[in-house]
Amino acid sequence: MYRPVEPDPVNTGVGIEELIKPHPSLILRHRQKSCFMLRKFFIPISFLMFACTLRAETLTIYTYDSFTSDWGPGPMITEAFEQECNCEIEWRSGVDAAALLSLLKLEGENSKADVILGLDTNLMAEAVGSGLVSPHGIDANYTLPMDWDDPHFVPYDYGYFALMYDSEALPNPPKSMEELVAGGTEKDLIIQDPRTSSPGLGFVFWLRSLYGEDTPEAWSRLSSRILTVTPGWGEAYGMFTNGEAPMVMSYTTSQSYHEVVEETSRYKALIFPEGHYMQVEVAGIGSYSDQSELARDFLDFLVSEKAQQFIPTTNWMYPVVDVGESVPEAMKALEQPEINFLLDPQEADEVREVWIAEWLASMN
Amino acid sequence: MEGYKPLIWPGLLALAFTPGIAIVAIIYMAWLSIWNLNALRIDSYVLEVLEFTIYQATLSTLFSLLFALPVARALARRTDFPGRGVILKLFGLPLVIPVVVTVFGITAIWGQNGLVSEFLEYLGFNGLSPLYGLTGILIAHTFFNMPLMVRLLLPIWESIPGEYWRIASMTGMNSLSMFRYIELPKLRDGLPGLVILVFLLCFTSFTIVLILGGGPQSTTIEVAIFHEVRSNFNIPKAILLALIQVGICLCVSLLLLKFALLQPGSATENRASIRPDIISPLGKINDAFWIALGCLWVGAPIAGIIAKGLLGPVVQVLVNQAVWEATLRSLMVGFGSGMIAVSLGLLLSSTTRDIAVRWNNTGLANRLELTGSQALIVSPIILGTGLFVILNPFIPVFEYNLYLATLINGFIAVPFVLRLVSPVLRENVEKHDALCNSLGLGGWNKIRIVEIPLAKKEIILAFALTTAMATGDLTSVVFFSAGRDPTLALMLYQALGNYRVNDSAVMALLLIVVCLMVFVVIERLGNVLLRS
Repeated sequence: MYRPVEPDPVNTGVGIEELIKPHPSLILRHRQKSCFMLRKFFIPISFLMFACTLRAETLTIYTYDSFTSDWGPGPMITEAFEQECNCEIEWRSGVDAAALLSLLKLEGENSKADVILGLDTNLMAEAVGSGLVSPHGIDANYTLPMDWDDPHFVPYDYGYFALMYDSEALPNPPKSMEELVAGGTEKDLIIQDPRTSSPGLGFVFWLRSLYGEDTPEAWSRLSSRILTVTPGWGEAYGMFTNGEAPMVMSYTTSQSYHEVVEETSRYKALIFPEGHYMQVEVAGIGSYSDQSELARDFLDFLVSEKAQQFIPTTNWMYPVVDVGESVPEAMKALEQPEINFLLDPQEADEVREVWIAEWLASMN
Repeated sequence: MEGYKPLIWPGLLALAFTPGIAIVAIIYMAWLSIWNLNALRIDSYVLEVLEFTIYQATLSTLFSLLFALPVARALARRTDFPGRGVILKLFGLPLVIPVVVTVFGITAIWGQNGLVSEFLEYLGFNGLSPLYGLTGILIAHTFFNMPLMVRLLLPIWESIPGEYWRIASMTGMNSLSMFRYIELPKLRDGLPGLVILVFLLCFTSFTIVLILGGGPQSTTIEVAIFHEVRSNFNIPKAILLALIQVGICLCVSLLLLKFALLQPGSATENRASIRPDIISPLGKINDAFWIALGCLWVGAPIAGIIAKGLLGPVVQVLVNQAVWEATLRSLMVGFGSGMIAVSLGLLLSSTTRDIAVRWNNTGLANRLELTGSQALIVSPIILGTGLFVILNPFIPVFEYNLYLATLINGFIAVPFVLRLVSPVLRENVEKHDALCNSLGLGGWNKIRIVEIPLAKKEIILAFALTTAMATGDLTSVVFFSAGRDPTLALMLYQALGNYRVNDSAVMALLLIVVCLMVFVVIERLGNVLLRS
């Protein structure tokens, strides 16, 4: 269709010239086609890309499932933080806390996590050791039952692991861990997988704190009671409230959810005289984040009263700073376990894998 | 026959993708574990998982077989009664309906709060215990594999020549001796291959065990690999498990090569003749019983899904924008996989066709086509693990979750394309090659003018089928999921997990409808478009 043009003084620099014009019908068809492509694809896509650049910064937060559910703290915290940050929060969830740590390790430096929210003291040393979090430099007036000076993680709530039971389905619940472990005639307990879930891991640590070297034996006696092992807390608790089993691994504070929201005292926490294991849930700045300033602002916000006021009635855990009347009466009135266990993060990290392997072996 | 060069490069190209990528992944994983011999320790956990996997696969295969034999025999004996075609279509449904949806349907019937349990309680008995562990897995596997076996057993029965029945009638055989002397010898040829196929399917089962397994007591290797990668970040252990599974599946499927699934036809006139043992009333009752039981077994969970879905909060789910976004993602995965599967399938079968017809080497052609069916050996999870290990140093794998899921689904769907398209392509070559050569028609023009129009029905069907299957896939999607951009199947899985029973009922129905719509629309629309 084209051929080189001999240099001529009038038209220097043109180089080529159209020799044969395509048939008009061809041009028409060609043009129609390109218009179609333009209308259907390029215009919407370029609009989309334009819209993306217009949007404010996005803060990507990795967390566990139930944090972002409709009734969890996610929606309220999003609204409150977006009002002051001129940014948009993108939540990524879908798994429970321990699986979240695994995902972060799988992603490595490709991770998009600006904030990592939802690990607990049993998992945080591993996250630090894998280089997943950077120091935050935030201090707050914590009301935790212990001192907190971890440079990498801030606490955002705490609670005590406990079994919840359905008093209608189980009129005579076990009064102690010893009675529970002694076994029952039916499969009446749902627990979470310690490899994926922080309450599941908490149960492993709890039992180990009570039974020491005898834990494998305790597990194998207990396993006759275990109906199923779910990947996350949400699954287990959903099954429990649907009546699939009368006992579930959860927190003492779960009781106040039923009292406040459902106005029923049917579901209660079992307080065992042997003592309970504590959980402190933490958040940190992703070390591969390119928005660590914004992430730091978020953590600052998370431990402030503005965010903490939502914790008691959405995540159903104790807040880490004083939020006054935001803690419902039912939660204040809860019986607190007298004996509590909590391994420090470094210690927990050293024994975690061994204890999980022990659990895995005795469950089979 | 001259003037025609067999096309070799398309087949090589296709083989480079499947099984090429899988082979590279396996070799790379084996290479990694050689340098990490500590991880190759087979501990008690691995042994227990292996033991349970074999145990459940054996039981599942056994139950499916024991159920399928009488149902298939009843259907083979009653060759024409009203509704037989519908029943066969019903038995084809479990293949197309997404696994995650059928798991929902099965819990709706067999679960603790399911229909059967409620009926028993109504009658004053104890309800069923919850559907976790081995029982749930066995019920679900039988749900999938009984109908599959029936559909594959029926051709064996139909291959029995009519003359046999005439002789049976003359010698006055009763039903039992007919089974003993006529049907059993026929089955003996076809059955081993079928049993091995179903065993492999149950051995590598993922979604069912993931949802119904209920923890580490009942975990298959496939699910254990998933946990090692996604929950434990224990890649060496995942690789070890993957290599064990590949090794076992490879050995078992070598057996499969020995017993071909298809039997050559017999050299009789095959005159239609009625079986003499179908007139007795007892036989009629027997057949009716088994056919009805089979239909109930397959139909009840499907009916359960539809009923529960329609009774659920339809409007709330359908106005939820997230559900539609998820549906769109499912469709993208589906279409992408369909494209990949059909492209690879066409490339491979265009070469095997030439090998079979030009070189007259059907055996080699069939064997090449079998290597395209690597999914039975290298399951989606293992392929996913391999792709993860290979790609992770270079790209953010979990950012490309949907693309990788599309790729894997495309690969595992290639056998379905081959099964549909390859016979037609071979037949067309035999029929039209001489004419094409005499007209000097070759290359692209031949493909455009002769081959595609003649095979278009099968190509469209293959595209529709593979697209519909990938649209509802959970396995690869959940393996690469990173807490965002869920597909509809993943959303349903999460809703099921979090016990949002009502929402999941509607989503299950929506997912079925979407998959069936995809199938129907592609098939209809494709035929209309290609005709014009």
